[in-house]
Amino acid sequence: MRVVLIAVLGALLAACAGTSGRQAPAAVEEARPGAAGTAAQGVGGQGVQGAALGAGALDPLKDPANILSKRSVYYAFDRYDITSEYRPIVEAHAKYLRAHPDTRVLVQGNTDERGSREYNVALGQRRAEGVKSMLVLLGAQEGQVEATSLGEEKPRDPAHTEAAWAQNRRSDILYPGEY
Amino acid sequence: MSGPASPAGDARAGARLRYNRGSPTETRGAMHRLLARWRMLLVIAFAAVASLAAPQAAAQLSIEITGAGANRIPIAIVPFPGEGALPAPGITAIVRADLERSGLFRTIEVPPLNPPPTEASDVNYAEWRARLADALVLGSVAVRPDGRYEVRFRLFDVVRQVPLGGVAYTMSKDQTRATAHRISDYVYQQLTGVRGIFSTRIAYVVKRGARYELQIADEDGADEETALASFEPIISPAWSPDGKKLAYVSFETKKPVVYVHSLLDGKRHVVANFKGSNSAPAWSPDGKQLAVALSRDGGSQLYLINPDGTNVRRITHSNAIDTEPVFSPDGQWIYFTSDRGGSPQIYRMPAAGGDAQRITFQGSYNVSPRISPDGKSLAYITRTDAGQFRVALLDLSSGQMQILTDGDRDESPSFAPNGRMILYATVIDNRGVLSAVSVDGRVKYRLTAVGGDVREPAWGPFIQ
Repeated sequence: MRVVLIAVLGALLAACAGTSGRQAPAAVEEARPGAAGTAAQGVGGQGVQGAALGAGALDPLKDPANILSKRSVYYAFDRYDITSEYRPIVEAHAKYLRAHPDTRVLVQGNTDERGSREYNVALGQRRAEGVKSMLVLLGAQEGQVEATSLGEEKPRDPAHTEAAWAQNRRSDILYPGEY
Repeated sequence: MSGPASPAGDARAGARLRYNRGSPTETRGAMHRLLARWRMLLVIAFAAVASLAAPQAAAQLSIEITGAGANRIPIAIVPFPGEGALPAPGITAIVRADLERSGLFRTIEVPPLNPPPTEASDVNYAEWRARLADALVLGSVAVRPDGRYEVRFRLFDVVRQVPLGGVAYTMSKDQTRATAHRISDYVYQQLTGVRGIFSTRIAYVVKRGARYELQIADEDGADEETALASFEPIISPAWSPDGKKLAYVSFETKKPVVYVHSLLDGKRHVVANFKGSNSAPAWSPDGKQLAVALSRDGGSQLYLINPDGTNVRRITHSNAIDTEPVFSPDGQWIYFTSDRGGSPQIYRMPAAGGDAQRITFQGSYNVSPRISPDGKSLAYITRTDAGQFRVALLDLSSGQMQILTDGDRDESPSFAPNGRMILYATVIDNRGVLSAVSVDGRVKYRLTAVGGDVREPAWGPFIQ
């Protein structure tokens, strides 16, 4: 089992290094969400005013100036590899989890609305597990992270456009109280 | 596994469904044409009617027919004298709508006749032939001394000038639709040789705003009832082979969990709630186990599990996505979707476990396998070169594939239990609707809900 895990992680790292995680079928669009990373689900900007008074008082997970406030990894159609653009986000959360071993997170994988709902549940699961694997590889404990999937069922943007689909192909790293 | 604990979250199970309402008692002339004479028909008392129906939802599905078969049987259905005493639209209007919807019949306008003929009348075949009818239904409705109703009908072959039998039903007023569907089933079977599906039911999900409702309705969309309402998604309803339960996936705990829901009493329990995702339930033909997709060991893999959540057994061991299992009608095979070859395709494997073989080769995205009731063909969703998702039908022996639909986002095909129609979800004008298409692609109709998106159809089994 461990050997398998290492092999998987090796493949993941290769993916992160810029090569594609697997051969994707035709019709692959670029995932370039317009507001990538800014729309962390369930994380409001309520704490923003406090930032000027002293960063020490601000929850780093909610401080918009902190990379930890970014929670989302975006994907191309039918893909699950974490591109270099999103790797620093996952690294930051891995570091945070390492420093907070009692904190648990839920990684929710999402897909766009195209194709089978059940296949999309599985694809979202694979995306979430990709994030989980990277978090664990970078030092988070296995038990700190649950990967699950919402498939295409909870789109952040319900429109039927390429831009909406790009927003919806996404994994979110969610802390307690955020889901 | 959190076990079969009572479900949490904000989903609400509906009260009992109408299964307890009972069926009209019938005495049918199915024993060939010898039984066609009414004096041979017995009327048997029927079981007590339990009025345990859940409150009706405000809006029911409406039907629009958009395509019909090439050679439709012209049939005259004469209004039954006395049916005005029944709830609108009575009996014959429902029979007419059923037969028209099947795409195999064309109902003929019948002029007012005086005196109106009944099943007991002498039939002037030449007169009906002159009206271009190939078949004729005559009947009557009478109030019984106990306040219930007796509905009788006979079917005639006008071309061959022979009676094709009939049935007498004893029923209460609220069984009017059920009785009409029984008559439609009789006529359909006598004239096409195929069992009718007009008495079957369908399950589907309606999304109204933020609310998801798992609903059960008659096959024509009438008499819908809500089995489950939730503010989180519900997908993949699957009928147990006896039609008494639904398995489905609910996200009410913010992740996919498989439930089994008894339609008799509205009770439900968790079947699979492991870490990760629990999804894609499919019943074995004997109803004794479910195939599901679980990610508890990483990835999405196929497992068998008992309907009570015990005896979990993994049956696929791939590094790929394996999901959407479905049993062949003989229980020997499990068809499923896998991307083990680099793109999602349909495979099959022995139900007991073993090597998988690839079934679909044409196209780069083939998902959602469903096997026809006779086991001979495979319906699934294929993505066309232009990026549309459509219902395809593959003849498993010849390998011949035909695309049956013309939508952009068709999904979730479901065979009628007689194998003649496929119900599926599609999007029209940005609204989710259900459509049905015959396996030859000719007959088409559409079911829409007012103010809601309809999706995830599952056609229920024949009701015994």
